[in-house]
Amino acid sequence: MLTAIIDYESGNLHSAEKAFQRMAAEVHGGEVVVTSDADVVAKADRLVLPGDGAFPACAAELRGHKGIYDAMVEAVEVKGRPFLGICVGMQLMASRGHEYELTQGLGWIEGDVEKIAPSDVSLKVPHMGWNNLVIDHPHALLDGIKSGDHTYFVHSYQFHVTKPEERLAHVDYGGDVTAIIGRDTMVGMQFHPEKSQDIGLRMIGNFLKWAP
Amino acid sequence: MLKTRIIPCLDVADGRVVKGVNFVGLRDAGDPVEAARAYDAAGADEICFLDIHATHDNRGVMIDMVQRTAEQCFVPLTVGGGVRTVADVRKLLLAGADKVSFNSAAVANPDVIAEAAAQFGSQCIVCAIDAKTIGHDENGVPNKWGIFTHGGRKEALDKDGNPIDAVEFAKLVVAKGAGEILLTSMDRDGTKAGFNLPLTKAISDAVNVPVIASGGVGTLDHLVEGVTEGGASAVLAASIFHFGEYTVQEAKQHMHDAGIPMRLT
Repeated sequence: MLTAIIDYESGNLHSAEKAFQRMAAEVHGGEVVVTSDADVVAKADRLVLPGDGAFPACAAELRGHKGIYDAMVEAVEVKGRPFLGICVGMQLMASRGHEYELTQGLGWIEGDVEKIAPSDVSLKVPHMGWNNLVIDHPHALLDGIKSGDHTYFVHSYQFHVTKPEERLAHVDYGGDVTAIIGRDTMVGMQFHPEKSQDIGLRMIGNFLKWAP
Repeated sequence: MLKTRIIPCLDVADGRVVKGVNFVGLRDAGDPVEAARAYDAAGADEICFLDIHATHDNRGVMIDMVQRTAEQCFVPLTVGGGVRTVADVRKLLLAGADKVSFNSAAVANPDVIAEAAAQFGSQCIVCAIDAKTIGHDENGVPNKWGIFTHGGRKEALDKDGNPIDAVEFAKLVVAKGAGEILLTSMDRDGTKAGFNLPLTKAISDAVNVPVIASGGVGTLDHLVEGVTEGGASAVLAASIFHFGEYTVQEAKQHMHDAGIPMRLT
């Protein structure tokens, strides 16, 4: 089993790599590599798309790495390989992003990524820190995880899903903020599992064991 | 609901913890990586490394330390001290830092915040402000603060030679793209007399990004006040944790009991 963490020059992959490798060793999840090689992406059994920064910049970087982009889209859309998007990597799964300018996403989960606008104006943006999950729909990635468990968020834009069944978990921040999305072989997490101590590591382990 | 964060801060020089850390069971209390691991295990919400010498000569040591920490600690890590350029930010992020903090360089040139935020996103750009009281109201309550740089040794002045107002400066760096303010009171730092609450309140009311209160913590009630009276989103402390006076869990429980939403692990 080979898990590829896709490096399209968007942000820090060092801690993600170490967290996935640690859990791969623990759950016998095979090999984990960080790669910008389209051939490795094409042959990987599982894909992880991280991302830090602005939606348009990340989308442009990803599409600019045409070989990786094509291999990733084929692996997910045609071959049905398990896919995990993290933070902006999750937001890129949307139909559209509205950060700075309107940007087309991958269109895998119908919805829009828009600025967080808490109903309580005293709440600060970015939404930064630990928030407790409310599970909307059970999922293999949430094995051993319960509503009330905390994960670490740092973001200013949020994913509004069109189909409620594709929102697997949310948190409260002056209203519902989407935390986990998914359908078929793809999932996305707004928070950073690689920075969420035991709870995050458990979800990473669950992803590495997931056989949808 | 979002929880208030407790952030233990490690002052580091040449790859060693200064002021020392007095934990039970540490093989090497001077090793920042060991100390960070202990805080991670203790349930710290984030960890902060501050390079207090911050000369270019020891950058390599800092990078290596951040890298080793990120391999073993799965908790957010902020790194500051001697960060001058966008290239410095990039190196630290690639090594595994989650957030990077500007201080003196942002006072000299606030546009460096804009450049770094445009490239890496506001979420990972922190501006550390070291503020000192320079004015009081008629009741003797502090109501004006200047900015100090170079580890608090140098008062920052504008081009006309006047003090730079800390509240105005905070608004400026947030407008430039800073995603968080690490606010240290130079009056209180090291005194154990509690945060400078009027300062903390003035800054947190003036900006819409999270403010981390720092400088002066001596008791667990000080942590509570920083949030309830100062309006801080997070509290940073060093010595009360390093010397084993309180554990992170005791601090969290105390704040929770005072009605502040905390992550109790």
